[in-house]
Amino acid sequence: METQTLIYLFVGASFALYIAIAIWSRAGSTSEFYVAGGGVNPVVNGMATAADWMSAASFISMAGLIAFLGYDGSVYLMGWTGGYVLLALLLAPYLRKFGEFTVPDFIGTRYYSKAARVVAVICLIFISFTYIAGQMRGVGIVFSRFLDVPILWGVVIGMGIVFIYAVLGGMKGITYTQVAQYCVLIFAYMVPAFFISFMLTGNPIPALGLGSEVNDGSGLYVLQKLDLVLTDLGFAAYTDGSKSMIDVFCITMALMVGTAGLPHVIVRFFTVPKASDARKSAFWALVFIALLYTTAGPVGAFARLNFTQTVNEQEYSQAPEWFTNWEANDLIAWRDKNFDGRMQYRPGEPFGGAPVFIEGETGLSGERLVENPTTNNDNEVYVDRDIMVLANPEIAILPGWVIALVAAGGLAAALSTAAGLLLVISSSVSHDLLKQTFRPKITEKGELRAARIAATAAIVVAGYLGVYPPGWVAQVVAFAFGLAAASLFPAITMGIFSMRMNREGAISGMVSGLGFTFLYIAYFKLWEPAANVEANWLLGISPEGIGVVGMVINFAVAITVSALTKAPPAHIRKLVDNIRVPRGAETPHMH
Amino acid sequence: MDEPDSKRADGDEARVDANDQVESHRAYWHANLRLLGVLMTIWFAVSFGAGILFRSFLDQFSIGGYPLGFWFAQQGAIYVFLILIAVYVVVMHRIDRKFDLDDDED
Repeated sequence: METQTLIYLFVGASFALYIAIAIWSRAGSTSEFYVAGGGVNPVVNGMATAADWMSAASFISMAGLIAFLGYDGSVYLMGWTGGYVLLALLLAPYLRKFGEFTVPDFIGTRYYSKAARVVAVICLIFISFTYIAGQMRGVGIVFSRFLDVPILWGVVIGMGIVFIYAVLGGMKGITYTQVAQYCVLIFAYMVPAFFISFMLTGNPIPALGLGSEVNDGSGLYVLQKLDLVLTDLGFAAYTDGSKSMIDVFCITMALMVGTAGLPHVIVRFFTVPKASDARKSAFWALVFIALLYTTAGPVGAFARLNFTQTVNEQEYSQAPEWFTNWEANDLIAWRDKNFDGRMQYRPGEPFGGAPVFIEGETGLSGERLVENPTTNNDNEVYVDRDIMVLANPEIAILPGWVIALVAAGGLAAALSTAAGLLLVISSSVSHDLLKQTFRPKITEKGELRAARIAATAAIVVAGYLGVYPPGWVAQVVAFAFGLAAASLFPAITMGIFSMRMNREGAISGMVSGLGFTFLYIAYFKLWEPAANVEANWLLGISPEGIGVVGMVINFAVAITVSALTKAPPAHIRKLVDNIRVPRGAETPHMH
Repeated sequence: MDEPDSKRADGDEARVDANDQVESHRAYWHANLRLLGVLMTIWFAVSFGAGILFRSFLDQFSIGGYPLGFWFAQQGAIYVFLILIAVYVVVMHRIDRKFDLDDDED
């Protein structure tokens, strides 16, 4: 069968499955809509958490980033898994014992303050929207490349699917759809990885393959060979990074703490029956996540080796089909600087910025011409890092059904995360803003309707951001973590581990942590992008890692302010005492 | 330390029960914090220690074709994270039961 037909078949079948699950698991109450009734099995919840967590960024972009960053890419691998240790040990069981619906619920109740709740809602909405825009862009890329439909229609179809199961099913629908999506995405990720690892090293397990010898008879280990090939061309060795140690340290910490502070991840632990299940669930979530994350590193390394060996010094007229396919999609470009008809792949940018193609004009070898100003180096090849995972099966010449599988997997990853984010946005609007703050008299039915309307509105906004991504989205998506690390994480952990922490301390801590982190990021990313170099950074910490400093500021301000103000009332100390022990958890109650 | 599940025959039972409960919650919480301290130290050591701070030193050793520090940063830390959470689930459950504060349904 044609690859294109297979892609339609795989994507269509997976979509039909998601919709069938959505119809089967309609939500009837707010408790079902917000936390799936609090009755999800911990293993099932772990799987749903993994799908919720692993977004288009994990599935599509991460291995590509690692491929081009080498050792520095470790920040994502450690950062996005180590956060689950914090979640399991410091947050999940206690928040489950607390037994409400949302993260602002906890902050508002623990700090006996509507202001604290509203500050938490603002943090949450800001974090979630920057994140969701990235998911929609992922959906757009997959659709335009594999299904040959314009990005607009890709996003509309994707939104339509999410609409059906998120708005109808709420958390209940999302949970069971995410289980299906996890199966699709992990299968789609592992199959090409097995093939590629086997072809390069003779060992089909990627994590072992990367530690083995290349089977080209050279007797070199994969990483040795990769280091040799890259340093020959003037690149840094793959196993050596170029970021400073303090920056690697801070980025890893910001990603870990940020992961533990992301509302759409935390809320998943509200859906299991009891506190001890929340611990187990965190374990299973990391098992399912680790499958992909221990594979992503090897996939990145194999892709870099394959890409370099296939492309460098290759005559353009003999270039493999995938190269010209992605060139046609604007994500690869080649400028023949020395007019030898061969592609030289070297360090540095081949030309300034992302390629701007001149419509309909081709060069001497038939390549698409780019109008960007030339840079003064020998590199001729531009490649968008996001394509590595998607192009991998084509680079390794795998059969058509593997390519179709990867397309369905990329969509599953993007849709599952988008749905989880939409749910926390809608519940923070209908539950925290309406029910708990501005319209306390709203009925259960009214609240459910408000939640569905809020979810619909959030889908439309997210869809718009996906079709017309404003420049700042790509710039700030990664910073959702820094903001979560500097605002929500300290407020929640101190709420559990400190009896003395009070309203004044928590609010001033959140505001100063978030404010500092936001200003630092905005200064270097939006206002003065030219100044974003190591010499100007505070203590040599890049905007990606600054959330750690924001977190320290949050803790320091909160502890100082709370020491100078009145201790929390007796019923709050009782509440803290109660959430510290597992016994006596209830299913989330109706309000 | 008081045996938390020991029964006292005499005295004002309600008051003693309340005191017992405060005492047992406190002891439970300290046991929990001790476990957290150990696990978080290992968490820090394998990721920030082996994977970042001492990476260059460890890279002179190797595990298969991986330099050791690089392996910790891209593989080893993740495996240890999994073991840490598994240990936490098991040991914490034991502590829950010891202080009779577990949420098992009998």
